[in-house]
Amino acid sequence: MPVAAYVIIGVVVVLAIILFVLYNGLVRLRNQVKNAWAQIDVQLKRRYDLIPNLVETAKGYMKHERETLEAVTKARNLAQQLSSAGAGERAKAEGELSSVLSRLLAVVENYPDLKANQNFLALQEELTSTENKISFSRQFYNDSVLRYNNQTQMVPSNIVAGMFGFKASEFFEVTLTAEREAPKVSFT
Amino acid sequence: MILIGYFLGLYFFDSAIAGLLIAILVWVVLSLIAYFQGDSILLSMSRAKKIRRDDHPRLYNIVEEMKIASGLEKMPDIYIIDDPALNAFATGRDPKRASVAITSGLLQKLNRDELQGVIAHEISHVKNRDVLLMSMCSILLGTIVILAWYGSRIMIFGSMTGSRRSSSSGGGGQGQAIILIISLVFIILAPIMAQLIYFAISRKREYLADASAALYTRYPEGLASALEKLGASTGQLKSANKATAPMYIINPFRKKGMKASDLTSTHPPISERIRILRAMAGASFNDYDQAYSKVHGGTGVIPAASLAAETVPITTTKLEGEAGEPTELQRARETSDVMWRLGNYKTITCDCGAKLRVPPNFREPTIRCPHCGRTHQV
Repeated sequence: MPVAAYVIIGVVVVLAIILFVLYNGLVRLRNQVKNAWAQIDVQLKRRYDLIPNLVETAKGYMKHERETLEAVTKARNLAQQLSSAGAGERAKAEGELSSVLSRLLAVVENYPDLKANQNFLALQEELTSTENKISFSRQFYNDSVLRYNNQTQMVPSNIVAGMFGFKASEFFEVTLTAEREAPKVSFT
Repeated sequence: MILIGYFLGLYFFDSAIAGLLIAILVWVVLSLIAYFQGDSILLSMSRAKKIRRDDHPRLYNIVEEMKIASGLEKMPDIYIIDDPALNAFATGRDPKRASVAITSGLLQKLNRDELQGVIAHEISHVKNRDVLLMSMCSILLGTIVILAWYGSRIMIFGSMTGSRRSSSSGGGGQGQAIILIISLVFIILAPIMAQLIYFAISRKREYLADASAALYTRYPEGLASALEKLGASTGQLKSANKATAPMYIINPFRKKGMKASDLTSTHPPISERIRILRAMAGASFNDYDQAYSKVHGGTGVIPAASLAAETVPITTTKLEGEAGEPTELQRARETSDVMWRLGNYKTITCDCGAKLRVPPNFREPTIRCPHCGRTHQV
């Protein structure tokens, strides 16, 4: 075989390897984005499960906070209904839920009996941690989306992304202004 | 190390290959042990006890939060070391088999945000694969020290009895002498150089883990304030040893008044780490790098590949002493409850408020409260 044939074969092999590497990198990032999204979902569901228990425990002690408790339950039910809706609507409902929850946990300070209840303290720790996990998983999701989107837009991987239809992902933004400003009361 | 092996072999066996083989064999065996058993050896050496979620929900939750923030695939195992000293370490050869251990003293002293910072620092070690890197480095260092030590012993011994080999081979007396001198120099210098390089790598990885912790928590103040508490304590960890030192969050052997530019320390000085964390304008690697050059001068503490130009804001919503945060006294009680439980003691809370700790070998069906005299079923 002439030298030229070897050269051509070599170039093709090298190109194929580069293609594989770029493609696999994109797949890995896309899966990371998917996993990160699933993680947010897990934590949001966990919050739906925790709230009824918390409200039930708090009800006996917080006679004067009926409205706050009802608002929490309402926001939770709304958020759960919207959990299959689009990301924008969902983010709004979840933001609303976060802000009524922080209001509830702020007034807990006025009820020393409730604060002495072991069951409530355990629930509060779980809920606090779940709130943290939601924001950390959102943070990781957005970081992953940023990395993935950069990869789909930058040369040379954008060529591979275009060839195989890797589309840019959406960020999970907190659209509600209330959630951005309100948390003067953090319950960490 | 290869050079040491080479000259050892050349001098004693008249064959460089034999020396090289010794060096490589020792290294491979040690690496394999460290690779497969390193984490369990380390954990049992430090007498760490594994906890489950129910034992300490808050600690478990904090670790899980940091696992999520760092994107680790698997939840690391959590261990507690019963020691009043304040320290923590991470181990495990890859992110899928990681463990985090903290002392009971730390669990009492730190509040939630501080604990989060410390755990984030440890998870960063796992995520950056520092555990593997540092254990390989320490094996390399150990092998060099062992070989150099044996080399010096054999040389002293050999020079006393008169080397048979050099007389039997005859002729090249001058060549032998040169090789002897070169190998001596290597035997003396190599361990020192290796140690300095090892310490430098270790310090760099500490800075990187601090930067990652700030990025994961978005709250550098948490780690800074934890380091402040750690720095103020003087207790030394009993179960630490030199080989495991780089894995801890602060140097377990540190003494008061250590110099800032100490070349022989596995960790950067705590005060400097705190100042860097507090000088950060945002929470990204970039901000850490800038803060580092402001405090320390020079750049390049973070590998260039992981520097991104993006800005990451610091969380400002965290306030000290908020609702639901247990006080230090409550944390101390909580921690001692966990430690008794891990020792298989049963805890009975009497109606008078006293807590009875029943040892695992207690055989009687009932126990009397020494405080008020009520009897309890065991």
